[in-house]
Amino acid sequence: MGILFSFFAVVALIVVVFVGVQGANLHYLFGVIIPFAAFITFIVGIVYRVFRWGKVPVPFRIPTTGGQQTSFPWIKASRIDNPSSALGVAVRMALEVLLFRSLFRNMRSELRDGPKLSYASSKWLWLGGIAFHYTFLIILIRHMRLFFEPVPGIIKIAESLDGFFQVGAPVVYVTDVVFLGAVTFLFLRRVVIPQLRYISLAADYFPLFLIGGIGVTGVLMRYFFKTDVVGIKELTMGWITFSPVVPQGIHIIFYVHLFLVSSLLAYFPMSKLMHMAGVFLSPTRNLANTNRAELHVNPWNYPVKVHTYEEYEDDYREFMKSAGLPVEKE
Amino acid sequence: MYNGGKIVIGLLIFVGLVISPFLLKGDKATAKPDPKVDTPEILKMPVGERTCVEDKEYMKAEHMKMLNEWRDWVVRDGLNIYTSKAGKEYTMSLQNTCMKCHSNKSKFCDECHNYVGVKPYCWDCHIAPKEEG
Amino acid sequence: MAVQKPEELSKVVYTFPSTPWMDTPVEIKKGIFCWGNKEKSLKAVGFPNPRQWSVTDEDWKLPDNWKEIFIEGLRERVDKYRSFRLFLDICVRCGACADKCHFYIGGGDPKNMPVLRAELLRSIYRKYCTTSGKIMGKVAGARELTTSVIKELWYYAYQCTECRRCSLFCPYGIDTAEITILIRELVNLLGLNIEWIAGPVANCWKTGNHMGLLPHTIIDIVSEFKEAIYQVTGLKVDLSYNRKGAEILFVHPSGEYFDPNGNVTFMGYMMLFHEIGLDVTLSTYSSEGGNFGFFTSNEMAKRLHSKIYAEAKRLKVKWILGGECGHMWRVWHQYHNTWFGPVDYLEEPVSPITGTKFENAKSNKIVHITEFTADLIRHGKLNLDPKRNDKYVVTFHDSCNTSRAMGLFEEPRYIIKNVCNNFYEMPPQTIRENTFCCGSGSGLNASENMELRLRGALPRGNAVRHVRDKFGVNTLANICQIDRATLQTLVDYWAKGVAVRGVHELVGNALVMKGEKERTTDLRGDPLPGKEGE
Repeated sequence: MGILFSFFAVVALIVVVFVGVQGANLHYLFGVIIPFAAFITFIVGIVYRVFRWGKVPVPFRIPTTGGQQTSFPWIKASRIDNPSSALGVAVRMALEVLLFRSLFRNMRSELRDGPKLSYASSKWLWLGGIAFHYTFLIILIRHMRLFFEPVPGIIKIAESLDGFFQVGAPVVYVTDVVFLGAVTFLFLRRVVIPQLRYISLAADYFPLFLIGGIGVTGVLMRYFFKTDVVGIKELTMGWITFSPVVPQGIHIIFYVHLFLVSSLLAYFPMSKLMHMAGVFLSPTRNLANTNRAELHVNPWNYPVKVHTYEEYEDDYREFMKSAGLPVEKE
Repeated sequence: MYNGGKIVIGLLIFVGLVISPFLLKGDKATAKPDPKVDTPEILKMPVGERTCVEDKEYMKAEHMKMLNEWRDWVVRDGLNIYTSKAGKEYTMSLQNTCMKCHSNKSKFCDECHNYVGVKPYCWDCHIAPKEEG
Repeated sequence: MAVQKPEELSKVVYTFPSTPWMDTPVEIKKGIFCWGNKEKSLKAVGFPNPRQWSVTDEDWKLPDNWKEIFIEGLRERVDKYRSFRLFLDICVRCGACADKCHFYIGGGDPKNMPVLRAELLRSIYRKYCTTSGKIMGKVAGARELTTSVIKELWYYAYQCTECRRCSLFCPYGIDTAEITILIRELVNLLGLNIEWIAGPVANCWKTGNHMGLLPHTIIDIVSEFKEAIYQVTGLKVDLSYNRKGAEILFVHPSGEYFDPNGNVTFMGYMMLFHEIGLDVTLSTYSSEGGNFGFFTSNEMAKRLHSKIYAEAKRLKVKWILGGECGHMWRVWHQYHNTWFGPVDYLEEPVSPITGTKFENAKSNKIVHITEFTADLIRHGKLNLDPKRNDKYVVTFHDSCNTSRAMGLFEEPRYIIKNVCNNFYEMPPQTIRENTFCCGSGSGLNASENMELRLRGALPRGNAVRHVRDKFGVNTLANICQIDRATLQTLVDYWAKGVAVRGVHELVGNALVMKGEKERTTDLRGDPLPGKEGE
């Protein structure tokens, strides 16, 4: 159900563009107003969600410790997987955010007759995730050529490296190929692996279809329809100088691409995609394992009803005396 | 807010990155490319016959593909003559055909290429024409 | 109950119902669930909705406004725990956790995949706490809270041992333990617990320990230990209780008074303390290090564990030493200091024998016995004869709590390598931070759920059998009382011929004590290697 719903939701978004741009000629709406609204939703939404998390206290220090604790100088501590210093935490977080450290641990277990349970390293999800996120990032950086004039050198370098193999004209970007491959992989594993198929929701398929749609329309624009990139840059520069004009003659495929991107931006803050911000706030990763060495304060810590020693002694004084235990009151 | 300082710093970095185009945008943000077709060679042509090998719209979208094909046909297949849709024949040569009219690389090619941040690899092998002034 | 043979039980079928999980009602199975709590157990600690009820009844006798209570409770907790709110918000269902859970590996119930176990509550959170869930309903992964859902939450919250193995592999560090802890807290608002937890909680509240041992009983048990030690060593070993002015308060899991494996571990502590002349006392009031309150609610955990520092203060000790226990150390390490700190009435712990400052415990003033003993050995303060343990070919089971909530890996290994000559590790995917739960943690060590426990112990049992067959391992050492009490049954089932032993039992055997007679037996009365004929 989730898969069909998500697929048709993305198809519906595309149909909306055809109706709106080609049918009703709403170029300004689709070229300026919707992208702006989506962009503002994206920023405000993410800031709001992060503030919402920030308002909630971290009552306990609960790092998941992935290595030896810091105890004695003669026992080698795992300073990154079980950090006891701010630097260790920073490195752990950097590895988590930049290299998906935890996912890299992934292993597969297989139960055979006997019973015999065996484990094997399983890095495909890690690889797919890394490929997806990093190509997405480079593609994003490449797109920045549309938002700066003159185009900064760093963006040009990213572009020329991406087109390193100089295949075809316009030059094929390595990231485009890897990106579409990674999205396809992430989609297929949801469909093919029974566990994943069972747990996947519409909220899992929708962003995949949406992002896949963005990728495909982008490729169509660049390699097949050859949309007027000069006109597009006039539009995007119009946005950032707050003097938007919609140049004539930009191919409809651009509006589809733009509308799907807008949908993604607007959808982002209310979806699981918030893991982008959430990973920084995860208390099992961003806290040092210094629980016994330093006091962690819980702001809502409150006094609880306790069973005092006096009450205990009152209950069992005679037993205690008969067993020769010292008592406070004779 | 708990750990407010760190969270606010993180958010500022995020927002800063996202709105950086609005803040930096570059010092020619409002400039638009204006490729010039006023070389002496073009001006020599009668006004009504000033056309490229194909029509303007086609050339705008497909020139890179055409050049890529020309290169293959000439270098790999030994062909020399391109017949346009209008039936006119041209020698397939960047330097002798294209650049003959468009002798103003910096005012023509570079104008758009620089604007959209494209660096064609034509000039990795070909020698860019010398321009006056 | 009639338990299937290992070959049959291990034929796990990892299939999925044809209906989506939200449309598949919970089927509560015998052998998997634990008996519901008794009325008197809830009453003893003033918990809500005390009544007689039975899991197998259709009607669980929830309070009239059960839905309101649950949803209000949920809303309150997502505003109190960032972990909880975040973990409910950001899961992408990548599935990395799915085959990390021992219950899923050994049982195949899809709702035991950590991701899906969390989704059981996440769907409710979406429905009642998020705008998209309210509007979009099922499409957004939200569902209505019904009594059937409550039953499902209860059933699966008591099929998670809070071992945190899934959390290690999660790219966002989502900790199912955290979610299970809070689901249990929520269902406890409705009076839904299991007796195996609620009973010990009630006991601990009143008598100071889970077992319900009264002060004189503890003294009697310890005198039997003294006698047993005398038989083996010829030494009269003493141990004081409730003694004011001692330097150190020793707290340990009360199961060690009760369980045969625990008994011998406890004797190991006694001999060690005697040998080094430690100025230590124990308490009958604070006679429990474990904390089944932790398996109930944060508040109950705090209520039970308040006794430890209170008693340390009353007895005017300098610092606290803790015995071999798993979840006791989770609570002590990650919660205790926050609940009760700053603990300025105690002193920063220093070993009176070696002078070592326990820097890593300088704030909460509690040192782990394996840290303490490892330090003694390192400084050459113990005279050890590892040959006495030569009949043991040992492997070490890392307990989940001391592993993934602490990182206590090398200290116990260092001790074992010094008191035993034959030590072999299990496969790396099953030890240290990757360790598998015994299958009975977090209060699930009952007998009515034996099938669940056996299934949950399959990964551990499999690893034990591997080293048994490869290296001839016959001893599974550990530092957790729940392991000692439960693993024997489970190992007998999956890897026959391996005995479960506390690390300090092995220390007690190897420890050459001043003035002892020539030992002929180990602490269990079995002949020492080379003394079989005597």
